[in-house]
Amino acid sequence: MDRKVIFKGRALPMLLLLPQLAVTLVFFIWPAAMAVWQSLLQQDAFGLSTEFVGLDNFAEVVADPAWRGAAANTAVFASSVAVLALGVALFLAVQADKAIRGQRFYRTMLIWPYAVAPAISAVLWLFLFHPSIGLIGRALNAAGVMWDYQLNGNQAMLLVIIASAWKQVSYNFIFFLAGLQGIPKSVLEAAAIDGARPLRRFWTVVFPLLSPTTFFLLVVNLVYAFFDTFGVIHALTRGGPGKATETLIYKVYVDGVDNLNLGSSAAQSVLLMLFVIALTMVQFRFVERRVHY
Amino acid sequence: MLRRTLAAAAAAALAFAAPGQAQAPAAAPAAPVEIQFWHGLPQPLGGLLEKIVSDFNASQQRYRVVPSFRGSYPETMVGAVAAFRSSSAPHIVQMFEVGTGTMMAAGRAIRPVHELLASTGVSIDFADYLPPVRGYYQTADGRQMSMPFNSSTAVMFYNKDMFQRAGLDPNAPPKTWQDVEAAARKLKEAGIACPMTTSWPAWIQVEELLAIHNQPLATQANGFRGMNAEMRLGGALMVRHMQNLVEWQRQGLFRYGGRDAAADGLFPSGECAIAFGSSGLRARIVREAKFQWGTAMLPYYSDVQGAPRNSIIGGASFWVMNKGPNAGATGGRTDAEWRGVAEFFRYISSPEVDAKWHQDTGYVPVRRASYELTRRAGYYTANPGADVAIEELLRGGAATDNSRGIRLGGYVEIRTIIQEEMEKAFQAGQSAQQAMQAADTRANAVLRNFERQNARAAQ
Repeated sequence: MDRKVIFKGRALPMLLLLPQLAVTLVFFIWPAAMAVWQSLLQQDAFGLSTEFVGLDNFAEVVADPAWRGAAANTAVFASSVAVLALGVALFLAVQADKAIRGQRFYRTMLIWPYAVAPAISAVLWLFLFHPSIGLIGRALNAAGVMWDYQLNGNQAMLLVIIASAWKQVSYNFIFFLAGLQGIPKSVLEAAAIDGARPLRRFWTVVFPLLSPTTFFLLVVNLVYAFFDTFGVIHALTRGGPGKATETLIYKVYVDGVDNLNLGSSAAQSVLLMLFVIALTMVQFRFVERRVHY
Repeated sequence: MLRRTLAAAAAAALAFAAPGQAQAPAAAPAAPVEIQFWHGLPQPLGGLLEKIVSDFNASQQRYRVVPSFRGSYPETMVGAVAAFRSSSAPHIVQMFEVGTGTMMAAGRAIRPVHELLASTGVSIDFADYLPPVRGYYQTADGRQMSMPFNSSTAVMFYNKDMFQRAGLDPNAPPKTWQDVEAAARKLKEAGIACPMTTSWPAWIQVEELLAIHNQPLATQANGFRGMNAEMRLGGALMVRHMQNLVEWQRQGLFRYGGRDAAADGLFPSGECAIAFGSSGLRARIVREAKFQWGTAMLPYYSDVQGAPRNSIIGGASFWVMNKGPNAGATGGRTDAEWRGVAEFFRYISSPEVDAKWHQDTGYVPVRRASYELTRRAGYYTANPGADVAIEELLRGGAATDNSRGIRLGGYVEIRTIIQEEMEKAFQAGQSAQQAMQAADTRANAVLRNFERQNARAAQ
């Protein structure tokens, strides 16, 4: 409260806040409000006829088996991406944290994939796993594995999970490495003197001390899997085969842009918005307090 | 209020700035009337299209058409829709054929080409256009709604070297599906891993198949007679063909190569011996194929009465748009602007422009005159097979209710549904019959939804 005295009047602080508020209002609040409004309407593509339908769009979306299928896909997809990306990144960070020759080189190399755009990384994975032009895809088929993600839904899901997780590993790696370096050496040395082997030291000392980082990354990774993986799916499978890799965000795009069904698309994005708000609240309310600092 | 004023001010500023730049070097007596033209053709096709536009601009001084690439066809479509909603629609937008039903129902958003021509006094000889091309973009009673331009159809490409290796006559491509199956078996016996594949599964193996056999895809003449059409994918022929494809896939005679154009690369790379693809694929095959190949018409089932008929077109046409929802009777444009649009259409309809476009790109000529012009120039002698697509479009005389085209709202979504259900059948998750019935059910829901939205618009 005592900070308030820094500014005498109200005008100057307001003025200084204005640019930030304006940006938030124009680029975040306004579009979100428009989406909420659109989700209550039934409209033809060109907006020539509009009917206020209340929550009908939401009722239709939730009752739609295709949306439920997409929700199930998203649950599998997002949890797999988060677990895989976190697991691999933690493993790599622990290895890179050791005193080894060429440490800097490894660290730099591991950070690079983050700079690759999702659609580009998807194309790279396509060149690896395409059943007829991909290096690994051809090898798999030659080895007798029936590899064709264009027709096998499970293989398609596996591929988009790997491609999406790969992109996020670098990001997680940076945070885990920083977290590891923040752990006091004295604690680890004390544990070592008590006779704890490296694996035990990791699970009883390092991992709990990393929990704030891990939890923060878990939320970031879930949000990434929910929203930022559109490019990967679009370039690799377009939601197919059938609807095997259609996630909620991909369905929002298909219904809005391809099918021009704006009411339903808006209702779906509002549902997604609610989910993220809930996720963020969980993070701030509960876990920030509980995790071990 | 403030927003509108700002937008108007910005628009005015742009309007002053743009001609100013163009005018300075040319020093024309009066600024040419600008016509905004959005298209969805990537390179190299987009460049060839923009060349036609700049040729038009150079041919006269009163109008200047400004082409602008807006991404893929669906992206161009959604861009135009959004622009219309904010009263800044382009004068002309290129729209793919499956968007026709949606555009046709767009009421105040579009200006039908026949109205445009009548009000500007410009005439275009649509009688000379190939019936399957003009018919696709006409109302049931023959009024032209959009301007046909880049049109293709599906054909069969086959690898002559592989045919030879399998002991098949490379100069006698299979004509019927029975022949195709026999050829595929021989190719497989000769050790060819991929005897046949298809691009555009929904377009070629469903829409084209039904048109060629004079069978309905939907009631009401595939939707030409009304929005209350219902899907008819569960018909005997469609189920039979789907059953065959699934069976052939199981036996290794057919390979599913993915949705839309995903399978395009399998033929020029020499992997698949027979490929069903757009006639527009020809340019790529010419460039990439390192083997002898041939072009033939799409096959048919010889025991179906009345087959084969003409195939239907794919590709896109040009739609004329009003500026926005509140533009009124003038559509928000001046008479000069409408006139400019009509003059541009007359220019692209000339047989010389059309013939050159056909020869440069592999799209079919949309007029008989340009077909004749190309033939007289000896193009088909030098490029055997380039005329197969046109002959196929003209096969069997006048188009029937089932072979005129498809006029269903929300058809972009329906095509995806068909492809999804086909994929489920290929995965052996469901039978051919179940796949086609599921596609019917889901597509009918789309049609009813579209009908409801547009019935309200008509009120």
